[in-house]
Amino acid sequence: MIPEIGHFALVLALFVAIVQGVMPIAGATLLKPIWIGLAIPAARLQFVLVALSMICLAYTFAVKDYSVLYVASNSNSQLPLHYRVAALWGGHEGSLLLWAFILNVWTLAVTFFSKGLPALTRARIIGVMGLISIGFLLFLLTVSNPFERLIPAALDGRDLNPLLQDPGMVFHPPMLYMGYVGFSVAFAFAIAALLSGELDATWARWSRPWTILAWLFLTIGIMAGSNWAYYELGWGGWWFWDAVENASFMPWLVGTALLHSLAVTEKRGTFKAWTVLLAITAFSLSLLGTFLVRSGVLTSVHAFATDPERGLFILAFLVIVIGGSLALFAWRASSIVRGGGFSALSRESFLLSNNVLLVVAAASVMLGTLYPLVLDTLNLGKISVGPPYFDAVFAPLMAPAVFLMGIGPLARWKKAELPELVVRLRWAFVVSLLVAGLLPLLLGRWTPMIGLGIFLAFWVFASSLQSLWLRLRLAGVPLIERFKRLTFAWWGMWLAHVGIGVFILGVTIVKGFETETAVRMHPGDVAHLSGYDFVFDGVTKVQGPNYTATQGNFRVNKNERELATIHPQKRLYTVQNMPMTEAGISAGIWSDQYASLGEPLGDGSWSVRIYYKPMVNWIWGGCLLMAIGGGLALSDKRYRIKRKGHQVDGVAA
Amino acid sequence: MKLRYKRLGLILGAVALVAVAIGLVLNAFQSNIVFFYTPTQIVNGEVPKETSFRIGGMVLEGSLKRQDDGLTVQFAVTDTVNVVPVTYTGILPDLFKEGKGVVAQGALDSQGRFVASNVLAKHDENYMPPEAAEALKRAKVTQSPAVQPDGSNS
Repeated sequence: MIPEIGHFALVLALFVAIVQGVMPIAGATLLKPIWIGLAIPAARLQFVLVALSMICLAYTFAVKDYSVLYVASNSNSQLPLHYRVAALWGGHEGSLLLWAFILNVWTLAVTFFSKGLPALTRARIIGVMGLISIGFLLFLLTVSNPFERLIPAALDGRDLNPLLQDPGMVFHPPMLYMGYVGFSVAFAFAIAALLSGELDATWARWSRPWTILAWLFLTIGIMAGSNWAYYELGWGGWWFWDAVENASFMPWLVGTALLHSLAVTEKRGTFKAWTVLLAITAFSLSLLGTFLVRSGVLTSVHAFATDPERGLFILAFLVIVIGGSLALFAWRASSIVRGGGFSALSRESFLLSNNVLLVVAAASVMLGTLYPLVLDTLNLGKISVGPPYFDAVFAPLMAPAVFLMGIGPLARWKKAELPELVVRLRWAFVVSLLVAGLLPLLLGRWTPMIGLGIFLAFWVFASSLQSLWLRLRLAGVPLIERFKRLTFAWWGMWLAHVGIGVFILGVTIVKGFETETAVRMHPGDVAHLSGYDFVFDGVTKVQGPNYTATQGNFRVNKNERELATIHPQKRLYTVQNMPMTEAGISAGIWSDQYASLGEPLGDGSWSVRIYYKPMVNWIWGGCLLMAIGGGLALSDKRYRIKRKGHQVDGVAA
Repeated sequence: MKLRYKRLGLILGAVALVAVAIGLVLNAFQSNIVFFYTPTQIVNGEVPKETSFRIGGMVLEGSLKRQDDGLTVQFAVTDTVNVVPVTYTGILPDLFKEGKGVVAQGALDSQGRFVASNVLAKHDENYMPPEAAEALKRAKVTQSPAVQPDGSNS
């Protein structure tokens, strides 16, 4: 009965979404107040219905109702409760329901935190989000219904893929989707502005916090996914340029460009057309990501289903959304009033260059991701484009972007002076050049790539310190006062940029100085790697809730001193009889020591992979700083004042 | 007039950047695309020498042998028609099994043996890597004498 209620709630939600998508937009054009007034109640009602549907599905998972096909294929009676609930988004149907639900969460948030917007604009925004929702609900109800019954019911479920049975599964997909779907708000703002023809700076001011929030979630989502892959896949990699990773990274790149472009549009009133285009692109790439991951066109660990009907549906949806919004853009572009001019050397021009670099980088990632698919579809052969391609293209595009990132915040709006910039940044430049020359030598290895990486990281740090210094140097004002003058938005930007530096430093050190070895180890054997001794004390058997494991016991020593014990496991998930490797990691600020078990080789010895990963945690630490920067920018006074004026709490909480 | 020049400059700058990016992409494509060949294509000598490529197929039953160091393994990959011997040093993925699909990346040595630098198997019992499936499909189309039980091909 419960699954039917969930299904019925989805059907009702579709009707409500149609009302929400059609009436307010039509009403805003024909100026019918009653139609416009439908927007908010419809959006809230739809939220309640989709939430009810989610609860029904979660309940079905929790009570182990294997008469529902989706539940039977994605969980099992032995699965612990938290994974049973997370299994809700472990497969195709459920993750689309999660998509629709999160879209409704964002829409609900818009209904609450948009009281300052003109009624017409607000109606259009909610309408556009309703239209997107129609697409997803139709998709769920026609070709991927999670509530489909299985008759006769299965005795037990087929289990959640053991690879997904990890705490990462509980957080990573919802975070990532919050980011993906969050760009729908910026998209809806852009479409609403195009529909009304009023593309001014207020549009940018309104959509900026929403974009920052979505970007923040996406950053955390990607970070969590990367960290999860690092400890779960057992070969110590943190980014594989896998098509599914690229699918989340492309919207991030364009979303980052959008953030900066919005800042220019808000502050200076220029870049309007470009910003609109970026908002459309960021959301389109989110949809493309969904298409890539969920249609089964890619076969990787993340692809769950192969079903051409679904692929066609998403493709058609994609064409309608992207084609429709671009057509609207083309039609309205002429009405966009040009903003103020700026000199070839100005903060605008730096931001524009960075924007272009980010977009070109996203395009090159897209090319590498889609090219093999296109060739395969056209029967021109099977190829694969691996990490070397992405490294070779991505690094040369991002290096100038990071260099410009150091200059941009110090340049004046409208017109900057080259001599002034040179004076302001010469020390930062010299210091980072020196560090780039010397630090790798101290660490024992200098290559051009390591030198470049260290240079860029320290360039970011030094120029950030310089810009902080310039802000604090105001004469005649006490230091406390000077600190107070710095806005949260500025600190947010500053911290996010420092985060990029931390990230680059981590990547450079890991790539340049990591070591690994695969060895045969008998109990009592010691493996040496980069100054660490890994002592193998044999294996013990461990019993998990739904798996049995052989656990390796290692001591990590350095200079005869025991630093840590690590316990990599070889698990056998009993339901599907599927082996899984669980890495053992001793994590630290300066390095991780990482071991994973290979195979038993008889006589009690095992093949073992051992890694030394210097400063690998800086990679995720950098991402975290970026996210915190986003949070700081969101808590800036101008957003708070606005909210207080309307007696609502912060979205950023 | 000045504005027009400035715009022209911007456009030229953007075009130059895109041109550089295209250059990078083409260059990277040239050296980093990995082609895929089936065992039959390899046996027929269709693979250029000294290039890295991917091979796909099934791990032949009974072909897995491990050397004394415990890390070097030999096995054979088949598309049911032809067989290519593979050698790999390292730790095999969890789901590597005889009779299951496999994809390996590497190059041929002078004796026609495939030296793998990387062996991929995916995390699903019933999952067949697309390359492996393709190899079997192509072999079926040009069905010819099947593999002898001992793994040699006529």
